[in-house]
Parts: sequence; C-alpha cells; structure tokens
Amino acid sequence: MHLRSSGVRRRLAEDREREDTIDLHLMSASATAAERAAVDAMLGRPESVWEGGARSAVDGHVAFGGYHAAARRRHLLLPALQALQGEIGWISPGGLTYVSERLGVPPAEAYGVASFYALLATEERPRRVAHVCEDVSCRIRGGDALLAALGHRADVVPSPCLGQCDRSPAVLVQRAGEDDVSLWGATPEDVTRYLAGAPRPHRDAGEFGVPQTVDRRSELRLLHRVGAVDPWSLEDYRASGGYEALARSLEMGAAAVIEEVKRSGIRGRGGAAFPMGAKWEAVAMSGAEVRYLICNADEAEPGTFKDRGLMEGDPFAVVESMTIAGIAVGATRGYLYLRGEYPIANRHVAAAIVAARRAGLLGDDIAGSGVAFDVEIRIGGGAYICGEETALFNSIEGFRGEPRQKPPYPTEAGLFGAPTVVNNVETLLNVPMIVLEGGDAYARIGTPQSTGPKLFCLSGAVAVPGVYEVEFGATVGDLIEMAGGVTGPLRAVLLGGASGAFIGPDLLDLPLTFEDTRAAGLSLGSGVVMPFTTEADMADVVRRIAAFFRDESCGQCVPCRVGTVRQEETLHRITIGSPNGSRRRDVALLAEIDAAMKDASICALGHTAGTAVQSAIALGLIGGAP
Amino acid sequence: MTASIEITIDGRSVGVAAGTTILGACRSIGADQPTLCYLENLTPVNTCRVCVVEVAGSRALVPACSRRVEQGMEVRTDTERVRHSRKMVYEFLASSVDLSLVDDATRDWMTRYGVDPDRFGPPAPPAGDRDRRNAGHHADPALDAAETVAQPVKVHDELYVRDYGKCILCYKCVEACGPDAQNTFAIAVAGRGFDARISTEFDVDLTQSACVYCGNCIGVCPTGALMFRSEFELRKAGVWDESAQTVTRTVCSYCGVGCNLELHVQDNRIVKVTSPLDHEVTSGHLCIKGRFGYDYVQELGDDLATTPIDVVLASVRGRDGAA
Repeated sequence: MHLRSSGVRRRLAEDREREDTIDLHLMSASATAAERAAVDAMLGRPESVWEGGARSAVDGHVAFGGYHAAARRRHLLLPALQALQGEIGWISPGGLTYVSERLGVPPAEAYGVASFYALLATEERPRRVAHVCEDVSCRIRGGDALLAALGHRADVVPSPCLGQCDRSPAVLVQRAGEDDVSLWGATPEDVTRYLAGAPRPHRDAGEFGVPQTVDRRSELRLLHRVGAVDPWSLEDYRASGGYEALARSLEMGAAAVIEEVKRSGIRGRGGAAFPMGAKWEAVAMSGAEVRYLICNADEAEPGTFKDRGLMEGDPFAVVESMTIAGIAVGATRGYLYLRGEYPIANRHVAAAIVAARRAGLLGDDIAGSGVAFDVEIRIGGGAYICGEETALFNSIEGFRGEPRQKPPYPTEAGLFGAPTVVNNVETLLNVPMIVLEGGDAYARIGTPQSTGPKLFCLSGAVAVPGVYEVEFGATVGDLIEMAGGVTGPLRAVLLGGASGAFIGPDLLDLPLTFEDTRAAGLSLGSGVVMPFTTEADMADVVRRIAAFFRDESCGQCVPCRVGTVRQEETLHRITIGSPNGSRRRDVALLAEIDAAMKDASICALGHTAGTAVQSAIALGLIGGAP
Repeated sequence: MTASIEITIDGRSVGVAAGTTILGACRSIGADQPTLCYLENLTPVNTCRVCVVEVAGSRALVPACSRRVEQGMEVRTDTERVRHSRKMVYEFLASSVDLSLVDDATRDWMTRYGVDPDRFGPPAPPAGDRDRRNAGHHADPALDAAETVAQPVKVHDELYVRDYGKCILCYKCVEACGPDAQNTFAIAVAGRGFDARISTEFDVDLTQSACVYCGNCIGVCPTGALMFRSEFELRKAGVWDESAQTVTRTVCSYCGVGCNLELHVQDNRIVKVTSPLDHEVTSGHLCIKGRFGYDYVQELGDDLATTPIDVVLASVRGRDGAA
C-alpha cells in the first residue's frame, strides 16, 4: 500500500494525478458579480466554461485546460478566499462555489480550509471588524480596558497577539473593500473612527519599535537600517550597503556560501535552533530538480514582534537575504509566508519585491548572473499553527494548516513534496553579514555555541518596550536593564513566548544562549522576555495562555485538541472555581495532561502547550503551593 | 525481494520487509497495538495517537501506524511514557465523545490502561452550535463540567444517520469519501481545534452535497457515529441484537465487478451490508447499489408490519415510491 504520512492533507505529485478524476458537485448558490470580480482579480478571468466562465460556442467542441489545469492551481485557494474576504467581507456559499469551480477544489474541502482561519468569515458579518488584542502583553497594558470601553458590538472581536506588544494596546481593523488598518496605542476613538471607514493614514508611521536606534545605532548589525533608511527606497538601501552581499555571493558561488554559513555556526532563530548550514546543505545536495526556499514570517508567538520590525523597517534586506539563500540552495522560487495581521510589513516587503524585480535583482537573470530566483508573498489567514513549517506547507498548497508527521523532514519532502529550506526572518537577515564578513568572523560574535547577534522582544512590565539587539551571552537581567528596568517589583519573566516558560527573579543572571537555556531546562523560543510585576494578575495571564493554545490548536491530533481544552478547564477550576476533588489532584492532573501533550502530539504546538502552565505552577504564580 | 530490516521490539529482534510500519512489525510477532484512526484499507493519518510507541533517539513518542521501520530501530511499546500517553488519549476521548459503540478491542485496551474519564469533571450538556463555531474563538470554560462534542443527531434521509456526538475525528470517513476510495470529496474536516468537525460545505444536508451514498464512510467509522438508518432505528427501538444476527457472504448481483457483500441479517431481514476489508475487489468499499440496494431480495410476500425493521424498510420504500 502506498503510505503517506499525513494522508489526505499531503499529496505528492503522483497522488494528485490519481485524484484528477473527480467531478465536482457544486452548490446551487451562485456568486454575485462582485464576488466573481473579486476572485477574477486574483485568479485572472476564466478562459472557458470549463473553469467557471461563460459558455461560448467553441466550448461545445474543445475543452481548454479543463479540470486538470484548474486543479493544478489549488495552491491559490487561500489567496482566492482572501480575495473574497477582502472585497466582500465574508465567504458566502456562492463565492465559495465559484472559487471551487475555478480551482477544481471540492466545495467541502474549500469550506474546510475557509473555516480553518480566524481572519476568514464563513457567515456574514460587518464589513469592518476590529480585532482587539487580548493577549498576554496587551491585556495588562490597556487591551482589556479597550475591549471593555468598546463594549459588546458585532464589529469588535478579541484577538490573539497582534505582534505589537511594544506599543499596546494593538488593534487590527479588517475592512472589506478598503485597506486593513494596523493600530497601536489605540484608543476607543481610534477604533471607532476606522470602523466608520476613515482612510488609512497615507504613509505608515516610522515607528519600528527599536529603541536602540535612537542612541546606539552604530553597535547594531541586524537593526542598523531600521528607522534610519527609507524602507521604500532601493537607492537608500544600496547606499547603506544593501545588495553588496548578493553580489559577493554570486562571485563566491553556492557551495562557498553554504560553507561560510556552516562555519558561522548560526542556528535558527525561530524556536527550534536547528543549524542553518546543515539545513541548507541538505537541500543543496538533494539533487532534486525543484526546490523551495521559504521565509517564515508567520510571526505569531505571543510576545514576539521582532520580525515585524525588520520587515517594516528593512524590507529590502528580507528580499536580498532570501535571494542569497534561494540561489545557494538551488531554489528558483521563494515564498515569504507573512501573517495576515501585518498589513504594513506586507506593503513594505511587497513594494521591495517589485522594486527589486524592476532593478533586475529578482527574476530570470539576477544581476546579470544568469541565475533565476523570484519571491512570492503568501498571506496567512489568522492561524498561529501555520508558523509550524509543515502546516505552513499545507497552507500554501491550499489545504488546511495541519502539521505533517515528521519524518519526512522538509529538507527531504517539504513544499509540494520538494526539498525545502524554511528559515525565519531574523535568521535569514544574518546571511548578508555572514557572506560579507565570513563565517569565521561571524562565529566570533556571541558564545562558541550560540554565535552571532540576537534580537529579543522586551514587553510587559518594562519601562521601554521594544526589540533589542545584543550579542549572544547577554543575561535576562541585562536585557531588562536595556529596556529601562522593570516598572515595579519583579514577580516573574515569561521567557520565549507563550510556548516558553515563566522564570523567577532568581534567574536574572541566566545568559540567554541556546546552551545555557537548554541546561536550565528552558528555551529561547522566539526571543521573548516579558517581565511581570507583583501587581499582575498572574492567574489571569496563565489562563490566557491556556486559552490561546486551545484556540490555536489545529484540532488534528487528540492529545492537543482535547488536552488544551482540559488544561484550560482545570486551570479555571483551580484558580476561579473549585477543584474537582482537591487542588492537589487537579494540579497533578495538569501535569499528566502536559506529559501526554508533550509526548504524543504531532507537532511542537502540542509539545509546548503546557510548558508555561507547568512553570507557573512550579513558581507558585497561580496561588498556593502545588 | 525487498530488503529485510532488523529492528527490536521490546527487546525482541524482528526482521521485516523495508517499508513495513512499526505497527506492521508489531503485528508480525503478535504484539498488537491499540489503534483508532488506523485501518488496513486507508492511508494512515496518525491523528488519534493511541498507537504511540517509544523509539530510541526520538524525543517525542512515535505513531506506530505510519512510521516505517529503519535498520536498528529500537521500539518499546510498554514503557511508562507509552502507557501514560495512551491512557490520556483514551481519557481525552472518553471524556469528550460518546464511545458507547467502540469495539471490544478498544474496550479491552481502555480497561488495561485504567481509563477514568471522570477525572475531568462531569460531561457538559450537548451544544447545538458546533457547526457554526468560529476558528480562534471560544467561550470561557464552565467551572463544573468538561466540554464534550455532544450534539443533536443528524437524521436527514432514509439511508444515513450522522451522530457526531460519537465522532473522535479519526479522518477515516474523509479518506474513504476522498482519495482512498470513493473520490467523491463530499465531506471534509472543517473548523479548528476542539471545534473541528466533519462537515459538508456550509453544513448542507448530504442530499444537497456531493454525497453519492456509497456508505463507505459508514464502513470505516470506528465509533458508530456514522450508521445505517436501519441500524439506528433498531438500536433506538432497543431491538438491535448482534448475537441474533447472521452474516452471509455473497457476491453483489448488480454488475460484473464482483464485489463481495456481507449481509447482516436479523429476524430474517437484512439490517446492514458490509464488505470484507481484505477483499481484493472492494478493499471493504462498495457503491450505493451493493450497500443499500438489497431490498429486492426480501420483498417476497412476507408480512411487512411484524417487526420494527419493517417500519424502517417501509419508510425507505416510501421514499423510493415518491421518487
């Protein structure tokens, strides 16, 4: 029997051929003219009746393209649904039917995909909806108050972390037929104004959340352009050293670039800390005809906002880094998978891609080298899980964002079944530096096992929240001090994000390196350092983390799908209700739930869904001794 | 001849063909493992996680149903970690789903692992909105009850009953409806997280969907969430009695393909039709005619109003007559 490790959701090319025999049964609902126009704007006009167009005389004799051609475009399913959402404000049965017809996707599967994403609505709702962040940082810095002030209205919904923890409270106003608006430091008046249709501010404010750029710019390697160089100008980017690394890498050749990356010792900054050089080499050596490079910009770990700052403030660096990486591993196409809650980053990077293409820095003949590489942005639909690399593949391919069981690993069978490198934005932005300065020089930065500069996201109870760049080796206390110190008596620090752990004030001297955190049984995660004072309602914060994982579990495997629910329920019982039996029994139950999620879940979301809760109990943050 | 791979299972050396799964290797030496979402005639989706085992060198546990053996692999199937995860998976399911119709093997495994679903509190009452919940949002949990997938039964036609309060979301029906058998794609998983559910597009009735009533989804359902209407009505009337049923194997008479049928007969009435999973023609899958078109063989002058099954049959006929 032919085995596929994640069944219906992972279809390799040969399977797709086999499946190309179905006839679609469509709903009787038909799309409105506006819905068809929205979808056609994304997919192009249908060329014949065979893909949902009007019947012409010639269709009676010739089937152009037909179902097979349509189904090969399944990867455009999410963009097509987003086109409907963006123009119409929801995905109606008629709209979904038309998308199904255009792409040859069974309507039940299209609905399964549409209903998977929080930013897509499958029931009619107001054309403008404000997503108000209620996550760990915002809820104690005005988010809860903002939600309360806005009151109960159909066009205001609570949201998971919007990646603006440095400027709480954050709001995303999602608007049909108009630009989405990203708000920070938002007041109820701001929200109601944009809900009433006020135009988006002409130019996005130059606040990138990088306090160090004010007085310590010369010390910065990753952030040095942010806030200083016009993110819309290729000329300014070049004038500040941009695209020197691409030129250098083309001279060196792919093998030499990979060698330098290996020598640099750089590990991934997305949470898994995998050696980047090994990943690149595996794909480069695969010999596969088709390979992909993916820049994972689905930054959604609560408390994380560093990649947003990089993309907003230095978008050309993202494009250049992807180009170097793509060429090095032998990919001709790269995808930037960008979370849907980042409209400003989207505009900036999209403009950079256009400018780079026009300047011959992307396309069939990059900088006259004869090498081809191009980048496409794919926008997420509001799903934290799609930051998991295999869920990300499924999302791009037009399937539900459910992770795949590994092995096979992405370097063997990733996007569309091809060898694929997935790197986080911050990780990739180290590449120009490695190319220009050499792997050995890079390896001298930081500690022997954690090389290079590192970004940390400081938010919560610090005086000056923001992204801070340090060399590996700085301690928790160093970073808090850089951010102006704690705003009150320190109770605990959330390290690594919602999937990380709380630590007590006794660990302020912990160096934030891969090796030191691992030795302490912790993880750097995505670089979150979020202190809480003794004023904070820690039980509320921990309940929010549990609620987050319940909301964001894809639902595929039992330990995570049900375990996150049972964890949240148990936590509510022992913090605001009465325990089932005794508190001791419920606390033990939480540990048992955590152990099963850690051991038996398919992916890292389930593996880490109980980590913060367990650490909070160990630190006594949720009341009483265990 | 495929190469032989040597592995150890709980200390025993085992040689199996390359490409064999850990589950296959376990079964080859009679060391069966529990499964729920696995079925011989479907592609493993490894979602239920009751078959997880410990593999040396792997940080998390590994699903035996889908992971293929590798040379020198050391597998342990009965460690504390394995027992704990399996127990928790069963408890998670038993506390959220009606498992009253699972098979005896599952019941035995649950007993063996000491499953106690009451630890999470009493089950919450059924919810009527599960088909309309939005991804990324949920109501605060009740403080005195464990949420469940309990919901009203979907009885929309004369052939199928869909009782999703019994659904463990094993994906088998989706696979059977889709690429593993029928290629109809009438149903898929919709929603997210605990609110994920098997659904047609916008939850339209099956009669409005692509469904062709092959019944292959019923054939693979491990929990009785999908059921023949006849079985459902007999169970409801309290007269379903498998001990009183005979199973007769025969060949479908409709066309020349040669599908084998298993006719489940109670009170001299066909109450259900299945096909053997290992049958070379069907792999357990049938079409609407073989699965449901059996009425003609028993319409031979019997008094149709004597047993409850006849009520069901009469109602099926009523539909056909109206058509």
